[in-house]
Amino acid sequence: MNVQLERKLEHQVTMEQTEERIEGQKIQIDKELNLKGKVCPYTFLETMLALEEMKIDEVLRVIVDHPPAVCDVPKSLKNEGYEILEVSSVNETDWAIVVKNTEFK
Amino acid sequence: MKFSEEQIHRYSRQMILPGIGGRGQRKLAEAKVFIMGAGGLGSPAAIYLAAAGVGTIGLADSDHVEIHNLQRQILHRTCDIGLPKVESGKKTLESLNPEVKVQIYCERVNSTNIRSIIRGYDLVLDGSDNFPTRFLVNDACYFERKTLISGAILRYDGQLSTFKPHAGGPCYRCLFPEPPPPGLVPSCQEAGVLGAVAGIIGLFQANEALKEILGIGQSMAGRFLLFDALDLAFQEMKNKKDPDCPLCGENPTIKELIDYTQSCSTRDAAALQTSTKTCE
Repeated sequence: MNVQLERKLEHQVTMEQTEERIEGQKIQIDKELNLKGKVCPYTFLETMLALEEMKIDEVLRVIVDHPPAVCDVPKSLKNEGYEILEVSSVNETDWAIVVKNTEFK
Repeated sequence: MKFSEEQIHRYSRQMILPGIGGRGQRKLAEAKVFIMGAGGLGSPAAIYLAAAGVGTIGLADSDHVEIHNLQRQILHRTCDIGLPKVESGKKTLESLNPEVKVQIYCERVNSTNIRSIIRGYDLVLDGSDNFPTRFLVNDACYFERKTLISGAILRYDGQLSTFKPHAGGPCYRCLFPEPPPPGLVPSCQEAGVLGAVAGIIGLFQANEALKEILGIGQSMAGRFLLFDALDLAFQEMKNKKDPDCPLCGENPTIKELIDYTQSCSTRDAAALQTSTKTCE
């Protein structure tokens, strides 16, 4: 199995798990961040910088189109202690990562 | 302070580290670090602190660049020979990172000027090459309540510690109450140094400075590191505040700064003292 395909499958697994968990919830978005055209690690870094500016419990929606970011950004945010609410496909190229600012710092 | 695209790119590889992020990078940008000596220890320390985005770096050195400095003092280039070291250093640091403000002091520090020089800084790195300066810097840091990150090298050996007597830790004099007697100071012929050893200890100082600014990891305060480059061996000792310390002890005898005189110059090494008093 090539690396790209492996990555894609990995993404799908993450997506399914995340979507299942949040099914039926309505999430209020406090801020949107468009990171289309940005690659890792800037996708993660700019998301983190935006969260640092936000209040605790506020929700950020990030749009990315760099495929590895779909899996890696939520993973890194989780490691930092942020709560991932949703990761979903927006269209053929873009993904939305919904993350909640948490009080862990 | 909002980060520019360029800043995000420049500092991205450290900003993504746990414990740094945007908040840590802002702390670095606001930090003011004073470096005593633009030589073997001060060079690598200053370069890495500037690269990391430390906002203000103070450099003090009264010497000019000479060809025998270039084996280890990596702030300077062959074309800088003859320039004041602080000017050469400023040029190197600003070309590496134009965001850093470099303040230079092309003068010999002494009991009358040092306190006002270090007062405006958060942290002091000692990379001086003689005992009078080393004791002067320690005493001034004590009186001004500044954290001192001390490094020393000689031949193939190095030492490192952080002194925070204002936070309950020992000062340099708790370990070494007085400068060594002239007979124990190595002569110029004995005082060689391997450039890489200066680099290693100078970078340990930079690393400790970054930790102190960011408030991460375990401080070297109360710890004393000995490095032997030939065996590549590290030895760590605990050092405690000495209640009989002439400077920070219960009944201090040193109430003002002292200008010691150097009997024999060891100006090719960063004064390394070997007989410790309170180390266990």
